[in-house]
Amino acid sequence: MELTAIIAQLVFFVVAVLTLAAAFLTVLVRNVFHAALALVGTFFGVAAIYLMLEAEFLAIVQVLIYIGAIAVLILFAVMLTRGMMQSQESGTNKQWAWAALAIAVLFLGLFILILQVPWVHSGTAVYTDTTPYLGTELLTTYLLPFEVVSVLLLAALIGAFIIARE
Amino acid sequence: MFQNITLVIPLLPLLAFAIIVLFTRNNNRTSALVAILGILASMAISYGVFTEALSEGHELAQHPFYGAPIVWAPFGNSTIEFGWFIDPIGAVMLFMVPTVCLMIFIYSVGYMRHTHVDEHGHHHSQDDPRYARFFAYISLFASMMLLVVVSSNLLEFFIGWEVMGFCSYALIGFWSFRGRQERHIDEAQVGRARAASIKAFLTTRVGDILLMSGMILLFITAGTLDFTKMFDPTTLNEMLLGESPLLGWTWPTLIALLIFGGTIGKSAQFPLHVWLPDAMEGPTPVSALIHAATMVSAGIFLVIRMFPLFVFASATGGQAMEVVAIVGAFTAIFAATMGLAQNDIKRVLAYSTISQLGYMLAALGIGAFVAGSFHLITHAFFKALLFLAAGSVLHAVGTNDMFKMGGLWRKMPITFITFLIGALSLMGIPPFAGFWSKDEILLEALREGFFHEGVPLTLVQFVYICLAAAAFLTALYTGRQIFLTFFGKPRDEHAYAHAHESPAWMWAPLAVLAVFTTFLGLWNTPFLPEFFRFVGEGGLLGLAEAFAHTEFDVLAQVSMVASVGIGLSGFLTAWAIYGFRPVAAGQPDPLARLGILWRALVNKYWLDELYGYKINLDGTAQPGLLIRFFGALSRAAYWFDRTIVDGLVNLGGWIGRALASLWGAFDTYVVDGIVNATGSTTGEMAGWWRKIQTGNVQNYALIAAAGAMAVAILFLLRSFT
Amino acid sequence: MILQIPLVYYLILAAALFCIGLFGALSRRNAIAVLMGIELMLNAVNINLVAFWRYGSPDPIADQAGVVFALFVITLAAAEAAVGLALVIAIYRSRDTVNVEEIDLLKW
Repeated sequence: MELTAIIAQLVFFVVAVLTLAAAFLTVLVRNVFHAALALVGTFFGVAAIYLMLEAEFLAIVQVLIYIGAIAVLILFAVMLTRGMMQSQESGTNKQWAWAALAIAVLFLGLFILILQVPWVHSGTAVYTDTTPYLGTELLTTYLLPFEVVSVLLLAALIGAFIIARE
Repeated sequence: MFQNITLVIPLLPLLAFAIIVLFTRNNNRTSALVAILGILASMAISYGVFTEALSEGHELAQHPFYGAPIVWAPFGNSTIEFGWFIDPIGAVMLFMVPTVCLMIFIYSVGYMRHTHVDEHGHHHSQDDPRYARFFAYISLFASMMLLVVVSSNLLEFFIGWEVMGFCSYALIGFWSFRGRQERHIDEAQVGRARAASIKAFLTTRVGDILLMSGMILLFITAGTLDFTKMFDPTTLNEMLLGESPLLGWTWPTLIALLIFGGTIGKSAQFPLHVWLPDAMEGPTPVSALIHAATMVSAGIFLVIRMFPLFVFASATGGQAMEVVAIVGAFTAIFAATMGLAQNDIKRVLAYSTISQLGYMLAALGIGAFVAGSFHLITHAFFKALLFLAAGSVLHAVGTNDMFKMGGLWRKMPITFITFLIGALSLMGIPPFAGFWSKDEILLEALREGFFHEGVPLTLVQFVYICLAAAAFLTALYTGRQIFLTFFGKPRDEHAYAHAHESPAWMWAPLAVLAVFTTFLGLWNTPFLPEFFRFVGEGGLLGLAEAFAHTEFDVLAQVSMVASVGIGLSGFLTAWAIYGFRPVAAGQPDPLARLGILWRALVNKYWLDELYGYKINLDGTAQPGLLIRFFGALSRAAYWFDRTIVDGLVNLGGWIGRALASLWGAFDTYVVDGIVNATGSTTGEMAGWWRKIQTGNVQNYALIAAAGAMAVAILFLLRSFT
Repeated sequence: MILQIPLVYYLILAAALFCIGLFGALSRRNAIAVLMGIELMLNAVNINLVAFWRYGSPDPIADQAGVVFALFVITLAAAEAAVGLALVIAIYRSRDTVNVEEIDLLKW
């Protein structure tokens, strides 16, 4: 194995471990506010993974939308519902052990499955600026889904407004 | 002009009836006024029609006033219409009926006001408590009588006929209940009125059913009930085809006799005469109106209307006319004998009515159409007069019993004179109306029976003998009535003291009717037969040739002398028995010496005991043997029905019920059990399964995850093996 | 450089992230925390999509399907977050709780 590969894998492991750690924090800490902060960390980690996959536009979008919009939204919601979850007995519900068991088995299954499959790497490794291609694709091949998604966003916007209204 | 509004004639009194019943029933004077105005207006139109008819002369017979504008009941290819039909005799009826009715209405104003003397000797006058109702009934009655007269077909005729039957029932039983303050009647009278009304209604019903059967058969065979169509020669000849199911009679004979059955009931002919004497329990104006002048003459009028059918039936080998003649003649003498033995002033008149109606039928039966019709008209006037005068008497003395009267002529001269005029007319003494009509009947019978060219007719001879004997008896009992009532010494001092002349409301109609009774006969004297020229000369619709005109020949003069002689001898006999030595108080009737014959007369030949309904003076009543027999028969049938038939029916029902309860148990426990078990099992299981619906979203998601886990395990297991 | 990291690594990372998210969604009491778990799961899916695009597509430059797909998922996630949080706030207003265990109106 050449050095670049070792460095790359090393970087990947660091990023992956950080991401998973943040994710664990997100689901385990009792304080929801802290959980939200950990969630931000996870999102950063995922953005880094995107960069490593050479999807830099997506990484930027991840940071902008997930961290800039969704995480902030969540933080607002946490603060709006504050006082409910403060010194409560536990952050988890009664079925958490069953859930953990089922998920552990599921993960085990997935893990073995992933390792069993003979994955084929067919992609090229030439780096270029892919954003123009993405734009072209979005406005040609994927024009209809793109428009539908915009309508969906509008609907969600109005729906959220109506639901959350006094 | 008036002929086109003929149908209004019966409508006006009907309107009066409606107004009284609906609006003025609480006001006695107004009700009387409405009734009188109704009949007055009706009379005005009737006179108009009558005048128009007179100006047509005998032509009217073949071209009667006729109109049937109201299509009432269409049946397939024939219809029954509501219309009018006025031929000469109908026109004369139209003159007679409203006139007599008006007089009686006016008379009733006074009569229905009762006077009683209290213990201090003061007189109190008081209206009858059902004064307004009385006028309503008689208005309805007059309306229906007029409908009978003007009707254009037999069914329309029958409507009037039947409603009159109801009015008769209601008015005979007018005093069949008694308020606390009513002193003019007692309990016995109430009981008698009640029984008499039922008796009258049921007895006439027998005849009405016969009439209705005849009418139905007539409609079936002739195809019409219209008076202008049914006497068409082709129609009549078609009826001859085929034999009727009874005794091989022809259809016209059977129908004519069935229709004559209606007359027997309505005109109280033997054997259905039993109701009329008891009908005297009604108020006297009713007796005059219904049971003397009009309703009973509707029966005669029916024969007059159907006369061509009777003639046709006899001409084609049937015996319809002969039956009419025999029944009439027999009833004439039969009723006259019973009239001889009555103590009740009104009952004497009732029997004389029956007798006189028999006269008319006998006349019609021997073909003396004009004489019979004329007697119908004159009789209506003088019998109404007699009844009203008798009512005036008993209104004054407060009793019907002639043996409690006597010497009344001094107390009530007007009543006496008018009664005398009526009585002389009834006896057949000239110049009163009854003489002319009765004499003509006797003359016709004499001529046909004894001086007929060719073979003498035994039947007509029988008729003549009966009628002549009846004429004698009539004079006898009428004379008896006069002597007992008005002459001699008062037999009841209290009643005599109480007696007084009736008020003007009552004697004025008497005077009018007396005038008619005196002069009406001049309309049809043998030397000036105006009535004959009008009614008889044109024949009848369906009988084209004129009725034979009676010459005023030697035979007629002899007959006239003979009938006067018969009447006078009867009257003189009465004078000899009752007038020469007046019956003293408490003394029995001189004729009671006749023994068993007298008892038979007093008891009306025990016919009430045999098949009638005997009404006692005290208000109780016993059914006759025949009725008792049928009563027993129907009780036996009732027992059979209740015990055997109902038993079988109940057994069937019981079995059905037992089976049904068996099936019911099966249904309840087996069928319902299965259904309920299904339902409850489902409910039970739902109770278990609904537990998994926790409502907790995470719970559902966990189960989904477990599913995913299971899929993953399965996948792994497969890939490892 | 990119291909020096095997695809399997990404897949395992995504699977782990997905399972962690699923655990959060299944076991947290707070509705907002449940939503956070769902966001983690969506991110895991996105990693998968992008990784398959990068490693599986013959021409990842011209064929941007994976990225487009991921973009759509992000968009949907944003919409989902907006509606979901609006629901949470609405429930909080009406029932004074964001505890998922207490929100069981559809209970038997």
